[in-house]
Amino acid sequence: MVPCPLIEWRDGLESGDLSPTFLALRCLDRMDLFEERLNAIVFRDPDMTLSVARSAEERLTRRERSPMLGIPLVLKDNLNWRGTPARNGSRIGGSYMSPYNATVVQRLLAAGAIPLAKANMDEFAMGSSGEHSVSGPTRNPWDLTRVPGGSSSGSIVSVAAGYAPFALGTDTGGSVRLPASFCNVTALRPTYGVLSRFGVTAMASSLDQVGPLAANAQDLAIGFSVMVGRDPLDSTSVDLPNADRLKDLQAGSLKGLRVGLPREYFGDGIDPGVRSVLGTAIQRLASEGAELVEVSLPNTAYAIETYYLICTSEVSSNMSRFDGVRYGLRKDADSLNGMISETRDLGFGPEVKRRILLGAFCLSKGYYDAYYLKALKARTLITRDFTEAFRKVNVLLTPVSPTVAFKIGAKTEAPMAMYMADIFTVTTSLAALPCLSIPAGFAAPADDPSKSLPVGMQLIGPPLSDVKLLEWAHAFQLLTDHHRKTPPLAS
Amino acid sequence: MEVTREDVLRCAKLTNLSLQEEELEPMREAMTQLLNQAERLNALPLEDVEPTTHGLQLALSRRSDEVRPWFTQEEALANAPRQDLGHFVVPKVL
Repeated sequence: MVPCPLIEWRDGLESGDLSPTFLALRCLDRMDLFEERLNAIVFRDPDMTLSVARSAEERLTRRERSPMLGIPLVLKDNLNWRGTPARNGSRIGGSYMSPYNATVVQRLLAAGAIPLAKANMDEFAMGSSGEHSVSGPTRNPWDLTRVPGGSSSGSIVSVAAGYAPFALGTDTGGSVRLPASFCNVTALRPTYGVLSRFGVTAMASSLDQVGPLAANAQDLAIGFSVMVGRDPLDSTSVDLPNADRLKDLQAGSLKGLRVGLPREYFGDGIDPGVRSVLGTAIQRLASEGAELVEVSLPNTAYAIETYYLICTSEVSSNMSRFDGVRYGLRKDADSLNGMISETRDLGFGPEVKRRILLGAFCLSKGYYDAYYLKALKARTLITRDFTEAFRKVNVLLTPVSPTVAFKIGAKTEAPMAMYMADIFTVTTSLAALPCLSIPAGFAAPADDPSKSLPVGMQLIGPPLSDVKLLEWAHAFQLLTDHHRKTPPLAS
Repeated sequence: MEVTREDVLRCAKLTNLSLQEEELEPMREAMTQLLNQAERLNALPLEDVEPTTHGLQLALSRRSDEVRPWFTQEEALANAPRQDLGHFVVPKVL
């Protein structure tokens, strides 16, 4: 049984059979049951949550109807929610309390959704495993010895473990898609600009996007529907075409759908189990009349390097705002510079420091052309590959990750190995494309044939095709039941 | 590309990080490895390619330039590690 069926809950709320307070308490109880094992949550204030639930109850009593009215959700800790901490998984967050709401949070609150908690994350969203947090690692509910994937580790686990039917993460290079694949969750990275970044802690501004998560595409679309729309507070925000179709998402037609299979994403290095799951999913689409087309994205081979040069350069600039002057941790020193540099040394973890230093190097005199500018040009070639591919196909289908979830600690000492976990997700971030990670089946990890762990598949569309992607994903989920499987968490 | 200890210290200075001695060598090694790996981009024909700073090249949206309610002074200072008389307090500069 799915622990948090969003649509059933919405119908129950509208008919009066369920109350927002009942649902919120149910979600909080479930956190009590599993949190000690999973470590997905870093903050909650049940009194505040129940007060929001009571006002949702009043709105429902007044016959008000809105798709998210009374629905509980979890927020990643890099999203500002007024009156709560936003520590970004970092020691440097100190005792910061958000004095305002991020636009996406404001829109969810205005729609009557009920935030339950802030979720654990890799420090400043830098990480692919959920291990780099000042609050300790989050664990994968499918196997507690494995990572859930990152950086939106706590948000994904919240949906996977049934803490809430909906959650928000953020995705810079794959941070909702990779954990969704590792934990059997449906996650969207929208077209860049479709969700406002106002009030989201900036990591790499040309790549950051808020990513909604749910058990399936239909639930996801409901939460997504109340957040889209241009925001005057984010000049890069754009309107989403066909957004009116999100509230009651219908299955897209798979008949005649041209599905591109990029050969660079199906080469060596993919675990046989992952390959087999993807093969079955592809055949399922073909049996519904989808047309399979092999395509090539030749510059994929350069994506990881391009991504980390651009990402770290933007990180080194964005992280400069954490200086101990206006908010967060401060380490006292005799001079202003001493105070700032000692605060930053004490407050940032090793991965954040590594990215700040590498980025500063790439942007510094004598190296800018050789590294940063070269990466921006490679980004042009990677984007062109996609433009060419979308002349031939409607959608691209790829693995999300070459493997299933790996063991906690397996990659923490090897930055390059950790970056490689994002090999299939960074390309679309560079090209600003919408993409979904949806459950495709289960496979055994290479290190333990007795296990069966979730495998995700990625659907990639051209810019602003977000609604269509969700409609095709919904069609696939009507044909399959992988997304209905829940982790073996005994209470 | 071999990143030197001095390179790491220079970048640390540029970014206001006072690294501990034991952090320097691991950082130097990681930066060397990542920059060497990045030299793979040299194989690409990039001479006549325009750089892309944003993946989606749309015109930035605009809003009217109007005064609107925002933080009070008290709210803006609420998170300050130290404050006095309505100001952020930092170590003496002059």
